Amino acid sequence: MSWIDKLLPPKINRADGGPKKTFPEGLWVKCPACDAALYGSDLVNNAHVCPKCSHHHRIGARARLDLLLDADGRFEVGADVRPVDSLKFKDSRRYPERLKEAAEATGETDALVVLQGSILAVPVVMAAFEFDFMGGSMGSVVGERFVRGVELAVEQKLPFVCFAASGGARMQEGLFSLFQMAKTTASLTRLSARRLPFISVLTDPTMGGVSASFAFVGDVVIAEPGALIGFAGPRVIEQTVREKLPDGFQRAEFLLEKGAVDMIVDRRELRARLARLLALLQNLPAEAIAA
Amino acid sequence: MSKTTFLDFEQPIAELEDKIEELRFVQDDSAVDISEEIERLKKKSQALVKEIYSKLTPWQVSQVARHPRRPYTLDYIEAMFTDFHELHGDRAYADDAAIVGGPARFNGKPCMIIGHQKGRDVKERSRRNFGMPRPEGYRKALRLMETAEKFGLPLFTFVDTPGAYPGVGAEERGQSEAIGRNLYVMSKLAVPIITTVIGEGGSGGALAIAVGDQVLMLQYATYSVISPEGCASILWKSAERAPDAAETLGITAVRLKALGLVDRIVNEPPGGAHRDPGAAAGGLKKALADALRQVSDVPIENLLKLRYERLMQYGRFEEAVD
Repeated sequence: MSWIDKLLPPKINRADGGPKKTFPEGLWVKCPACDAALYGSDLVNNAHVCPKCSHHHRIGARARLDLLLDADGRFEVGADVRPVDSLKFKDSRRYPERLKEAAEATGETDALVVLQGSILAVPVVMAAFEFDFMGGSMGSVVGERFVRGVELAVEQKLPFVCFAASGGARMQEGLFSLFQMAKTTASLTRLSARRLPFISVLTDPTMGGVSASFAFVGDVVIAEPGALIGFAGPRVIEQTVREKLPDGFQRAEFLLEKGAVDMIVDRRELRARLARLLALLQNLPAEAIAA
Repeated sequence: MSKTTFLDFEQPIAELEDKIEELRFVQDDSAVDISEEIERLKKKSQALVKEIYSKLTPWQVSQVARHPRRPYTLDYIEAMFTDFHELHGDRAYADDAAIVGGPARFNGKPCMIIGHQKGRDVKERSRRNFGMPRPEGYRKALRLMETAEKFGLPLFTFVDTPGAYPGVGAEERGQSEAIGRNLYVMSKLAVPIITTVIGEGGSGGALAIAVGDQVLMLQYATYSVISPEGCASILWKSAERAPDAAETLGITAVRLKALGLVDRIVNEPPGGAHRDPGAAAGGLKKALADALRQVSDVPIENLLKLRYERLMQYGRFEEAVD
């Protein structure tokens, strides 16, 4: 442990674990990739990308949407949809307790935030996963909000963009969560039937039931640099095949090489990239994009 | 060794059956007629099977669902369909033996079949990868779905997998994409789809061939977002808590029917499908004929609308009023 870790209060001292939503002003953070000591607000102002090594730190759903959407004309979709404990699920702890804790930690009511708005003046419906809410796991609420977002896009003739960051299905909702894979993916057939684009952005991490449903059926599939993306988790695979996995396995760059994603885009360039792609796929003039 | 494989909780049945075997052996060179005694014990054994199977825990059900002698997809195809022609390969990489499929006749009418396939002996198990498909398996299934749509053949799928294979090659070739693509295509495939969970419905690897208009489940099949062992090792940090995980996950046909996630439970013979595969297939065939009748009269546009609505209503949540 370095001197700086010892100085940091425990709540901030999670640099190794990665996910950070907000950095109180004036605090130092260590980049887990290059060990550089970064001033917290410098990181925030750089789209949570390390200014030294370009490591993409994880980013919360609202911060993500805030980074991309134009300030005016935002409208949240499905915020009133809230989780219930339909199975009375109990492991070492009860599901409602876990939900409450996740809500307190993130300020969200579930793991997906959907906003209608525009990106450089190109109208869009945009969904983002909150990884810090129970690992971004997909249960009934995530599925329902996703579908409401897609249905709104269909109704308003808008494209749909989703930022995935999820460990997969939410075990505490049993088969209901598995069926969200079919539900979310099926809704995209309606978008497609109206020739409206779906752009899927895979961020760190995109695994399991989220990866194996709508994530790869985008008209364009984008990954963030270094993001872990796959069906099975690396540990499960290691246990199954009983060998050490090669370096970079299941990382964005590996997926690009294997032909699984269209491109890797630096988060700081994502806004312009998305706006231009959306304009192209909808046959809009270049002038439709705000300079 | 007896010809049946007995599960832990079936030990009392095993002991009784052993005794019956012994008596049979004795009877062969005995002057005393003990056939009455054998009959009595047989009846007792049958009653015991019924008794034990009437109160299986979810964990015990999952043992039955994985029973090594349980009928698999090809057994059901053999028993319920005629004129089956297995089609192989995904036309891109390989033929995955963990998924089988092809056209056949059901009660004389042409249809398409897709199902997971486990192996019976050591060699076949390995060849079929214990019923765990790789992307090429799902892509073969996709190809058959599209063929079914092209020729207007109703599609029967049979689900029996521990899950999609978590291997290096599977990841390299896009396991996630293959599964997601199937969900997408099945949700709009313009032919009736009737899916039956016959053994293990293991998560995304099961769902990838299980989006349909009618979802049936055999009485002792299971369907789950994660295996009880997997769930237990994540949430309890110990695979030994699998029985608890099985209980809380809600993986049995009865529980899932009550939750509205499956349409129909197909009863199995006393003691499970493996004790009387013929009777199991007979029951399933009847249920499939019923299910097919329900969907085949519906014009395809309506069927697709109903399928979409069915998919959209999955999930439980509440709407806050604040």
